[in-house]
Amino acid sequence: MTDQTVFTPGDGRVSPLDRVREIVFSSPFVFIASLILAIIVLSALFAPWVVPHDPVRLTPAQRLKPPSEIYWLGTDAYGRDLFSRIIYGGRISLVVGLGAAVFAVASGLMLGLLAGYIRWLDAILMRMVDGLMAIPNILLAIAIVSLWGAGIWTVLIAITIPEVPRVVRLVRSVVLSAREEPYVEAAIAAGSSTWLIMRRHLLPNTIAPLIIQGTYICASAILVEAILSFLGAGINPETPSWGNIMAEGRIYFQINPGIVLWPGIVVSVAILAINLLGDAVRDALDPRMAKRGIDR
Amino acid sequence: MFGYIVQRILAAVPVMGFVALFVFLMLRLTPGDPAAIIAGDTATPEQLQRIREALGLNDPLHIQFITWIGNLFQGDFGTSVISGKPVIELIAARMEPTISLALTTIILSVLIAVPLGVIAAWKHGTLIDRFVMLISVLGFSVPVFVIGYLMISLFSMQLNWFPVQGFRPIGDGLGQFLHRIALPTFTLTLLYIALIARITRTSMLEILGDDYIRTARAKGLPERLVLMRHALRNCSVPIITVIGIGFALIISGVVVTESVFNLPGLGRLTVDAVLARDYPVIQAVILLASLIYVVINLLIDIAYVLLDPRIRYS
Repeated sequence: MTDQTVFTPGDGRVSPLDRVREIVFSSPFVFIASLILAIIVLSALFAPWVVPHDPVRLTPAQRLKPPSEIYWLGTDAYGRDLFSRIIYGGRISLVVGLGAAVFAVASGLMLGLLAGYIRWLDAILMRMVDGLMAIPNILLAIAIVSLWGAGIWTVLIAITIPEVPRVVRLVRSVVLSAREEPYVEAAIAAGSSTWLIMRRHLLPNTIAPLIIQGTYICASAILVEAILSFLGAGINPETPSWGNIMAEGRIYFQINPGIVLWPGIVVSVAILAINLLGDAVRDALDPRMAKRGIDR
Repeated sequence: MFGYIVQRILAAVPVMGFVALFVFLMLRLTPGDPAAIIAGDTATPEQLQRIREALGLNDPLHIQFITWIGNLFQGDFGTSVISGKPVIELIAARMEPTISLALTTIILSVLIAVPLGVIAAWKHGTLIDRFVMLISVLGFSVPVFVIGYLMISLFSMQLNWFPVQGFRPIGDGLGQFLHRIALPTFTLTLLYIALIARITRTSMLEILGDDYIRTARAKGLPERLVLMRHALRNCSVPIITVIGIGFALIISGVVVTESVFNLPGLGRLTVDAVLARDYPVIQAVILLASLIYVVINLLIDIAYVLLDPRIRYS
């Protein structure tokens, strides 16, 4: 295995900034992935200043144009600039990715702590988790969107719910093994309250695995958002997202494949970069996990 | 053995029960009138009334649930709001392409991924290993429909090897069937190869470090025998497990792939139902998919005992 021992001076604590630097520079792949992500995030944040054209302005005279100096990636069926739409589309994907990661980790953490620590609740919660995991995530998500209508919040919730069970399981397993540790037993014996034990002794154990899981959830959420939009069960095409740009381009695939392929490539590269970063974070934070190759 | 199987089956019951409850409540707890949500903004009061009756929305919640579950056990999955046909008929008519695609994908993936994983672990750290890892990261990152369109663009539009879309049942001849299902299968298989190759590689790596492998090599067994008979056999449990877990991925993937290649399967049925807000159909497809998932994983649990005598039925 490639994990090398990192000796840290002093009290054994590394500042978060050093940690980030260590991860980013851990391999050329990870460096490139971080760079690509940085470009995608910055261009989405500053989209109004980056894009050469208005992403929603219709110019029917310019429909389905091939790439040119004016339209770098060509135009779609309504004459909108594909490049500008892809840049704006990044906003939806990033909001959904980050949002799903934060919500899934937060709710999974809460339920997982409860399941791991309170025995009677565990049995009920784990059956629910098993049940939720049995429902294929795309089916669950499109069912929710079809009922609640396709707003950004619905899509976010629809994508988050199927991710929660895995977080619950992860937190629960960490808690179950941590609560056997002598320091937790000592805290129980010393009469600490359940809340205090959870917060001070159990919670810190879950942080590293949750950061890792959070990155994977972010990648998976972006993927699912693209799929939902692609199937027509996502965000309204008036707001461009990588998925709905592709969905709109489907019927014109034989005329201008770029409308489907460019956003497809961008979404793949973004997800790939996040996954690579997730692997690097995992290797840095939890070498044992890396060794077992357990992830996702 | 018998006790163990019964125990596993009993453990699956509450899981399915929760799935049913969840699917049931999802519609009922939606804010607003479920009938109006399904019928859309342009519905007349008569249409709303028809939908309410079709879904039994006029009864109290617990009565609705009991009636609904009772009907499920009699094979009554409700009637489609759009076509008025029994959902079970709609599903039955769409089963074949989906099952065909799922099976061809699983078979092809296992045939490719297991050898890849074994070789990657055996040649650990070499270029082959890195290549396999690259494929597996790619498989998790590139959306199925992007792969699908790349395939269409290359194999259908440029090379003209395969038709862009469509399905032929296996009854029309194996050649026709394979010709049509090839591209969808290649498309869906990458994700599954990623999953299986990764777990095969990981568990092989772990086992190749074990003492008995060193013993087997030391006594001069050919490497092929060491890998196949001693190492791979002991990896069968995690590999089979991941095939079961990955089944949910296949279902999700099938929905997308069928949409890309216009296969008249369950996935198309679901997407059409979602666009038309035909909730009884969506509900039935979710229940069916979850049931299949639970049953497959149940069978896998039972297969453990047969595959690995170290796992006792307790």
